[in-house]
Amino acid sequence: MTQAAAMMSPLPSEQASAAVPLPLKVRGMTVSYGATPAVFSADMDIAPGAMTAIIGPNGAGKSTLLKATLGIIPRLSGQVEVFGQPLDRVRARIAYVPQRASVDWDFPTRALDVVEMGLYRQLGLLGRLTRQHRSLARDCLDRVGMADFAGRQIGQLSGGQQQRVFLARALAQGADLYMLDEPFAGVDAATEKAIIDVLKSLKDEGRTILAVHHDLSTVPDYFDNVFIINRSPVAAGPVATAFTETALQSAYGGRLATGLLDQLFPSAGPAPMPQPFPTLDA
Amino acid sequence: MGSEFVALSLPPILIGCLAAVACALPGNFLLLRRQALIGDAISHVVLPGIVVAFLLTGMVSTWPMMLGAAGAALVAVALIQIVQRVGRIEPGAAMGVVFTTMFAGGVLLLEQSDTSNVHLDVQHALYGNLESLIWLDATGWHSLLDPEALAWLPPELTRMAVVAALVALFIAALWRPLAISTFDEGFARTIGIPVTLLGLALVVVSAMAAVAAFDAVGSIIVIAMFICPPAAARLMTDRLATQVWISAGLALVSAVLGYVLAGYGPLWLGADDAVSAAGMIATVSGLILGGAALFGPKRRGQSG
Repeated sequence: MTQAAAMMSPLPSEQASAAVPLPLKVRGMTVSYGATPAVFSADMDIAPGAMTAIIGPNGAGKSTLLKATLGIIPRLSGQVEVFGQPLDRVRARIAYVPQRASVDWDFPTRALDVVEMGLYRQLGLLGRLTRQHRSLARDCLDRVGMADFAGRQIGQLSGGQQQRVFLARALAQGADLYMLDEPFAGVDAATEKAIIDVLKSLKDEGRTILAVHHDLSTVPDYFDNVFIINRSPVAAGPVATAFTETALQSAYGGRLATGLLDQLFPSAGPAPMPQPFPTLDA
Repeated sequence: MGSEFVALSLPPILIGCLAAVACALPGNFLLLRRQALIGDAISHVVLPGIVVAFLLTGMVSTWPMMLGAAGAALVAVALIQIVQRVGRIEPGAAMGVVFTTMFAGGVLLLEQSDTSNVHLDVQHALYGNLESLIWLDATGWHSLLDPEALAWLPPELTRMAVVAALVALFIAALWRPLAISTFDEGFARTIGIPVTLLGLALVVVSAMAAVAAFDAVGSIIVIAMFICPPAAARLMTDRLATQVWISAGLALVSAVLGYVLAGYGPLWLGADDAVSAAGMIATVSGLILGGAALFGPKRRGQSG
């Protein structure tokens, strides 16, 4: 009833935009494994229909933030809103791709079975897996270029292939918000290309993507926005404004290779002088 | 021959089969969750629970003992968690500490309490009393259709059948969430599967199977059946559903073959006495696992 009323009354554009909730809104997230917090007081807003990378040095709490947001690990404090609602109400709209190393790939199951796990919310506890479900799962495998491996035991797949099976499972969920933990970690170049193509096509369909990412050199190519964290947020926003040398230096400290910084920000800092002729009197 | 078989051999074989299957079914999931030792732990920790239940009620009857055992199993699960957290040691070690301590406590309790007039002792706890579960009212195969004779079936048989049915029902009904949360716990949480509750339910169901089997056939079969048939089945297939079916089949084979070998094997070899059926069933399941490890088509490192 309130929905109908809202649809009928013409709203000023400002209110209308406020009425469309963000895909993900995190406030005051603090997570601790021991005495020191792994993530401290993090606020995070994820823009709709865009690809956002969570970046930061090792141990900065990137995965922890993602897992605590999804309720996989407990948090000390913090609120999470997904599409303006508590997590439990909108689980069907979220797809999560865990780190590949987090599961035992020796598990007795085939690639297609893993993808069909993504249909759990559709099927429910006792719903029967129909021919349509199976062909949907096959389509998802096909989309990540793994159609030929449907019947393969997952332990016999390469790391990149396993990662693609995980992505296919997320596709089967038909979600609006995709949360991926290091989707490019330890995969081959062909897989990286396949995954980024799928993610970009998801974005073109208007879906939102949030990925923990560790390769800074590909951030500008792959992502629209960054969320830089080192236990607490350092910077967030579009790559053009937030992905700066200053922000990276502040998050990573001395752990960044200068070569990488030069490559990412060629205009910043003193550019090396071209020296076509080696001189002897240096 | 027929009447003797129905009266003396059929009930223990059936009870052995039901106990073996009831333990092997949840054993598949425990094994894949790297919790295989929980079956071992449960079958040990229930001893103090059973003794305490006996001391409180003064009789060896099913339900108080089941309750005592289930209570002890839950106490053990909690203790394992506490030892793991406080002591910061790995789960296997925490389990080892808790179940040996609780079993030892049970043995002490048993010694100190006056159980001389009932059939409850350490040997019973280990080997059970499979051979003694006979059906004296049976006079042949037709007794299976005779309500009067059926009323005197060993109570262990009915109990074990009910428990085996409950275990099978639990696994069939919760198959999908069990499989998903066993493979990928984090993902399972994000799609709303109550992972912690489900894990606890699996332990409770395993405990139920262990306690019922423990009472009928002793803890040796329980330990063997939780691990051997599922582990052997894993080496024969790469699909979970197939693995669970094979494990049930291997459990049945172990129970029947073990019982027959225990009863007649020594006679064939010229010895006079039969050997413990429980011990032989466990041995057969171990040999099957050994065979699977040597010849199973899905051994690790084996392709195709």
